[in-house]
Amino acid sequence: MALRAIAGKKTLTLGLVLGPRAAAGASAPRTGSGLRHARGLVTFSLPDLPYDYGALEPAISGEIMKLHHQKHHQTYITNFNKALEQLEEAMAKGDSSKVAHLQSAIKFNGGGHINHSIFWKNLKPLNEGGGEPPHSTLGWAIDTDFGSLDALVQKMNAEGAALQGSGWVWLALDKEMKKLKVETTANQDPLVTKGANLVPLLGIDVWEHAYYLQYKNARPEYLKNIWKIMNWKYASEVYEKEIA
Amino acid sequence: MGGASLLSALACGVSSSSIGAPPHSFLCPTPNRRRKSRRKVRCAPITAQFELKPPPYPLDSLEPHMSRETLEHHWGRHHRGHVDSLNARIAGTQLEEMELEDVVVASYNKGSPLPPFVHAAQVWNHDFFWRSMEPGGGGKPSGELMGLIERDFGSFERMLKEFKEAASTQFGSGWAWLAYKANRLDVGNAVNPCPSEKDNKLVIAKTPNAVNPLVWDYSPLLAVDVWEHAYYLDYENRRADYVSIFMEKLVSWDIVSSRLHIATARAAERAREDERRRREDDVEITNREAVEMYVDSDNDSEPE
Repeated sequence: MALRAIAGKKTLTLGLVLGPRAAAGASAPRTGSGLRHARGLVTFSLPDLPYDYGALEPAISGEIMKLHHQKHHQTYITNFNKALEQLEEAMAKGDSSKVAHLQSAIKFNGGGHINHSIFWKNLKPLNEGGGEPPHSTLGWAIDTDFGSLDALVQKMNAEGAALQGSGWVWLALDKEMKKLKVETTANQDPLVTKGANLVPLLGIDVWEHAYYLQYKNARPEYLKNIWKIMNWKYASEVYEKEIA
Repeated sequence: MGGASLLSALACGVSSSSIGAPPHSFLCPTPNRRRKSRRKVRCAPITAQFELKPPPYPLDSLEPHMSRETLEHHWGRHHRGHVDSLNARIAGTQLEEMELEDVVVASYNKGSPLPPFVHAAQVWNHDFFWRSMEPGGGGKPSGELMGLIERDFGSFERMLKEFKEAASTQFGSGWAWLAYKANRLDVGNAVNPCPSEKDNKLVIAKTPNAVNPLVWDYSPLLAVDVWEHAYYLDYENRRADYVSIFMEKLVSWDIVSSRLHIATARAAERAREDERRRREDDVEITNREAVEMYVDSDNDSEPE
């Protein structure tokens, strides 16, 4: 069962991301968000990881990263595109019943795409600065709103562990109140479903597929270890952009 | 069904709580009764604890379709964890004295679940799930069960398709069910317009997280666990493959049939009770009408 072969060395070189699709000479222009335009209907595609599958070990195994990216995230995108295509047809026909019926599939699969796209950017290999605590503006905001970084981590771990079933735990910026908050969402609900003013800074996937092969049912262990590869630099960049 | 040792509780004259009581009362410590019972020499100590029941087969006997490793974790850690949490949460409360199914329904609290619910329901769900499978299972049902499947779904294949569809589209964690729905409408004096056996039918349902059809008063017949921990070690993300193999190789149709038998018997008994109650109500209404007629004929004068 163990998939030890890590396929496809992915290297980030100054914003140019190489991957199998580029190698195959895909004609569509590559944008950072994995977007492709065809037939006037926007379709989404799998963004490449900015690091190798095995680069986040030992916190998260390469086996998990490969499955998580190539199977789970890809499936959300495939089903999201399918649902959007069906939505377009239903709208063209004026089939409001079908339009309403498609909403749950769109929210679920679209949410899955949104959430995982953020997640890959939230993580960083140890030797590239993963785990380095936040400084300056975000660091101070954390101290103000939670008391300390440690208190924030404890809170997110507690809420992540207590989450029943599948979902996400978030460090969010309420851009209206200019305050940081910890939120959880169920299944693949994106953070905005908890508040239109909430901007995700960090999200931790607590679906079992995110950790089961390595941690089994010990979700608290996974949560403890993921902070070692947390990309606080990304969170700071998003924060500073929003409060500017 | 439940593992609670209620015998000692009942022997000491402790009655089980009414399900209609305000929700918060379930979690309040049971006053006096329990403490008194402890001091009575005659009574055995009350330890109404639910037990972790093992699957009725060795943990490796479902291989290669469900590995020993999966069962060791799924039963040994997940299921066990819920039993321990359930016992901790209900200790000293009225829920402790109830059968497991009653704890599930009571703590569901009509859609605003109380903290013990997830544990009670998951204990029940997993007990039910292990017993839904057997080594060398699969194949096709027969007899009354097959007859109802063909009646209510058109064919066995169509039932399979709908079941797999439900299992695959349960977004997130949860369960897919084949259940018997007796369709009791609880609407005052409404007369059931379709009192034939067409009302009592097989349905397929999917539920999120720990919810199960007991809360809708259905009789579950078969369940497949679609939480990722149920299949990830053996099938990774391939939930559809897992559910297919579950139906083809693991389901115990004998067990499903016996559950159906119990469910139909229960539905028939309730129908008889409903009919009896309806006839009693009719008699009462008739009597009341007679009294009213008597009073109305004398409506000019006030009683002295």
